[in-house]
Amino acid sequence: MIKFAIPLVIAVVLFLFLASGLGRDSREIPSPLIGKPAPEFTLPALAEPQRTVALSDFAGQVFAFNIWGSWCVACRDEHEVLLRIRRDNQIPLIGLNWKDTEAEATRWLRTLGDPYVVTAFDPVGDVAIDWGVYGAPETFLVSADGMILHKHIGPLTDDIWRDEFLARVAQ
Amino acid sequence: MTPRKERMTAVSILLIAVSLATFFGLRGCDNLKEYFFDPSEVVAGAVKKDQEFRLGGMVKENSFKRTAGSLDVRFIVTDFAEDVIVRYSGLLPDLFREGQGVVATGRLNDAGEFEAHTIFAKHDENYMPPEVAESLKTQHPAKTSEPRP
Amino acid sequence: MIPELGHFSLFLCLMLALTQIVCGYAGAHTGRSTWMAAVKPAAVGQFVFAVISFACLVYAFLNDDFTVQYVASNSNTALPEMYKVAAVWGGHEGSLLLWILIQSAWSFAVASASRDLPDRFASRVIATLGLVSAGFLLFILFTSNPFARLMPAAFNGRDLNPLLQDFGLAIHPPILYLGYVGFSVAFAFAIAAMLSGDVHAQWARWTRRWTTLAWLFLTIGIALGSWWAYYELGWGGWWFWDAVENASFMPWLVGTALIHSLAVTDKRGLFKSWTLLLSILAFSLSLLGTFLVRSGVLVSVHAFASDPERGRFILIFLGFMVGGALLLYSLTARKFVAQGKMQLVSRETALLVNNVLLVCATFVVLFGTLYPLINDALNMPKVSVGAQWFNTFFVPITLVLMVFLGVGMHTIWRQSNVASLKNRLKWPLLVSAVIAVAFPLLVYQRSGVLIVLGTFTALWVVLSSLTEPWLRYRRGLSLRSMPRTQVGMLVAHVGVALTVLGVTYTSAYSTQRDVALQIDAPVSIGGYEFTLTAFERVNGPNYVADQASISVTRNGKPVTELTPQKRTYLVQTMPMTESAIHPRLQRDIYVALGEPLGEGAYSFRLQIKPLVRFIWLGALVMALGGFLTLTDRRYRAVPESKASREAASAGLAS
Repeated sequence: MIKFAIPLVIAVVLFLFLASGLGRDSREIPSPLIGKPAPEFTLPALAEPQRTVALSDFAGQVFAFNIWGSWCVACRDEHEVLLRIRRDNQIPLIGLNWKDTEAEATRWLRTLGDPYVVTAFDPVGDVAIDWGVYGAPETFLVSADGMILHKHIGPLTDDIWRDEFLARVAQ
Repeated sequence: MTPRKERMTAVSILLIAVSLATFFGLRGCDNLKEYFFDPSEVVAGAVKKDQEFRLGGMVKENSFKRTAGSLDVRFIVTDFAEDVIVRYSGLLPDLFREGQGVVATGRLNDAGEFEAHTIFAKHDENYMPPEVAESLKTQHPAKTSEPRP
Repeated sequence: MIPELGHFSLFLCLMLALTQIVCGYAGAHTGRSTWMAAVKPAAVGQFVFAVISFACLVYAFLNDDFTVQYVASNSNTALPEMYKVAAVWGGHEGSLLLWILIQSAWSFAVASASRDLPDRFASRVIATLGLVSAGFLLFILFTSNPFARLMPAAFNGRDLNPLLQDFGLAIHPPILYLGYVGFSVAFAFAIAAMLSGDVHAQWARWTRRWTTLAWLFLTIGIALGSWWAYYELGWGGWWFWDAVENASFMPWLVGTALIHSLAVTDKRGLFKSWTLLLSILAFSLSLLGTFLVRSGVLVSVHAFASDPERGRFILIFLGFMVGGALLLYSLTARKFVAQGKMQLVSRETALLVNNVLLVCATFVVLFGTLYPLINDALNMPKVSVGAQWFNTFFVPITLVLMVFLGVGMHTIWRQSNVASLKNRLKWPLLVSAVIAVAFPLLVYQRSGVLIVLGTFTALWVVLSSLTEPWLRYRRGLSLRSMPRTQVGMLVAHVGVALTVLGVTYTSAYSTQRDVALQIDAPVSIGGYEFTLTAFERVNGPNYVADQASISVTRNGKPVTELTPQKRTYLVQTMPMTESAIHPRLQRDIYVALGEPLGEGAYSFRLQIKPLVRFIWLGALVMALGGFLTLTDRRYRAVPESKASREAASAGLAS
């Protein structure tokens, strides 16, 4: 009798909804860029317009590329973590200051501390588009041969940094 | 009628009654849903006139003002792109603070300010209203700046 | 050393649970009595080691062992002793350990009270309980070890969340879990019945006993939670349709349906497959509740810190248990289709109506709870449904249920005489209708449709419950001779009516006002005058508080002095409103302190809440009804000597 299978069918549908609820974590959106070469860019450095920052500057070393803006609260959330990364000298952090003003961005780094080796200034957002940025904060891991190894959407935590970034570098 | 038919009739009547109740319930459902908007959506005009909704965001620093000796308060809720002025009269929750997440329920007045009748603050350090958490997890830059192609 | 002992005990529990599963299912399947003989001792052993493990965690808390991470995050040296014990289940890991302790306690209870069960059947029941235990043990061991060490040790702990530092909440989880977990027994009985292919009246009676016991605890647990939210959250609300509340309410609704459908299966041998389905659903909804609370898919005011890893684990476990049970059900249910006849006006029909309505109510709650999730999955805008939505659906269902309840209690099995029903019920109908119209107008000077309906249905149920005892008394029959099951039923239904009454009047006639009070400047609300007489700072063991003294008078006569506080807990620096309540059966006066407003004024929320106590009183009366049913001779375990003889013969037979 089919009718006795109805509860099972309903349960399976519910189960799928519940599973989708779990899988909804936006941090798991795969980026089409992973495993591809990092998009080239050349931008002025924040607060030093005469200096330029380009992807080729970092050829041959592993680095993390962190997208932030002073308008972004979640970036403030992860700032502590970034400072710790800098202090422990683990992987150099390159910042991309996104759609911000120079005055506010420099004030942010002055008051909260500067975790970046250098910050590229992208007030219009062209580079962010090339990199497929959804929002801030996002962090990319770029390998010594210029490939994107990993992308993390949302604030970093110590655990995420250890498990998703350092672990990949160690491989 | 055989007893079996009688029983079937009774159950069907009950089911019809319940489905009718559900139908009318759903028809009025628009009032029963709780809509959630952030300040950018409010400023962009996503809210219908006189629609009750929940407004979520952060209480902007230095925006809180109280009329001394009274329950009337005014503060700004921001998503760091747009601001909405909120007016409220009553007790504020324990964890209401500038720079913290808040969800206010109410509607817009003619001046475009949000008249709240209920205020929820985040409940403890681990709790943030889910919608706020979602809209703050990744942020989009101010809509006033260059639109992205 | 002690924490490692606790951790190791959990491993032993898991081994014993596995023994239960393997020996139980395989032994029952092959009929080997030596295998089945291992099942009950394994359940007893599992309980012993769960107690040891739990005691180890309690010990760590009492001794402020901050080398244990869980203790460091949930306790503090300044925390009062009582709350150190309560803090054991104040977080995710510890509450899971409590769950395991209670799960094994139920298995232990079933194992020791199963002498009147056939060996094969008992083995399958305990094996199924072992399966549930094993799931939770794997969960705690692999994702949520409460004994994990913290190196280097914390100097002091982060303290228990101040919201949880409260007597009501200290005892709320154990009682709630007793209910939640207790439904696993009905679940296990259903699985065993489906495996053995036999559902008989005796099965229904066994299951009814355990289900009623679990239901009784769940009723008290939910009431405690509601009571706690009422006085501790500082808003004076007693039910929020919050995901966590719904998580406990859904199993309750289905459990209530199950108790009623078991009665039909017991007395008439009908509804067999339906009863099996409800047994599965009641526990499935308990598991679903656990998933919702702990996975973080729905964020709620009570949610534990969420972790997708944990969510995934529970979801797989949920899918395995529920999916497995329902698959078994779809394969075997057709064996349980009863051939009995049913008349329209009969107790069978009344209980069918009860079941349909309760299951509808469950779906309403389930749909509302999962609505945001479904919405997200379908990428619809951020919309949720709130209290208003739930009330719109839930209130009509409850009222209809109440109307049927009044009639249903007087129906008899097989076929009721409509004329005698009319005769019995005309007075209760008339009296409750008249009072429902008159009372609100006379006492409160205003009325409304819901008030009249609420009052009417509540009185209708009360009077209808009292009709049978009254008729017996009139005929000179002793009330003591009434069967306990019937007394229990009547008492429980009066409890439902009391709760409905409380909900109706609190919702309709509560007065609430946020006011600014200055010293000696009275404000008058709902016939009471409130005067702020003093404002001072007081020190508690682990908090400091601003305390207001409010004197309440009515027509110039003093009623009470209330001292609401605003506490700041020192470790978590979290402000907490400690409301002050003057409770009376007919109304509560509820005062919560806000903040200083400047110019010597302070904000207060003043509330008068009529009959709010009835909500919880009703729940207690329901639980009392459940308890009375359990004392009926039919449900008591078979006396020792006879039982052991039967067990011996059953052992020989198998």
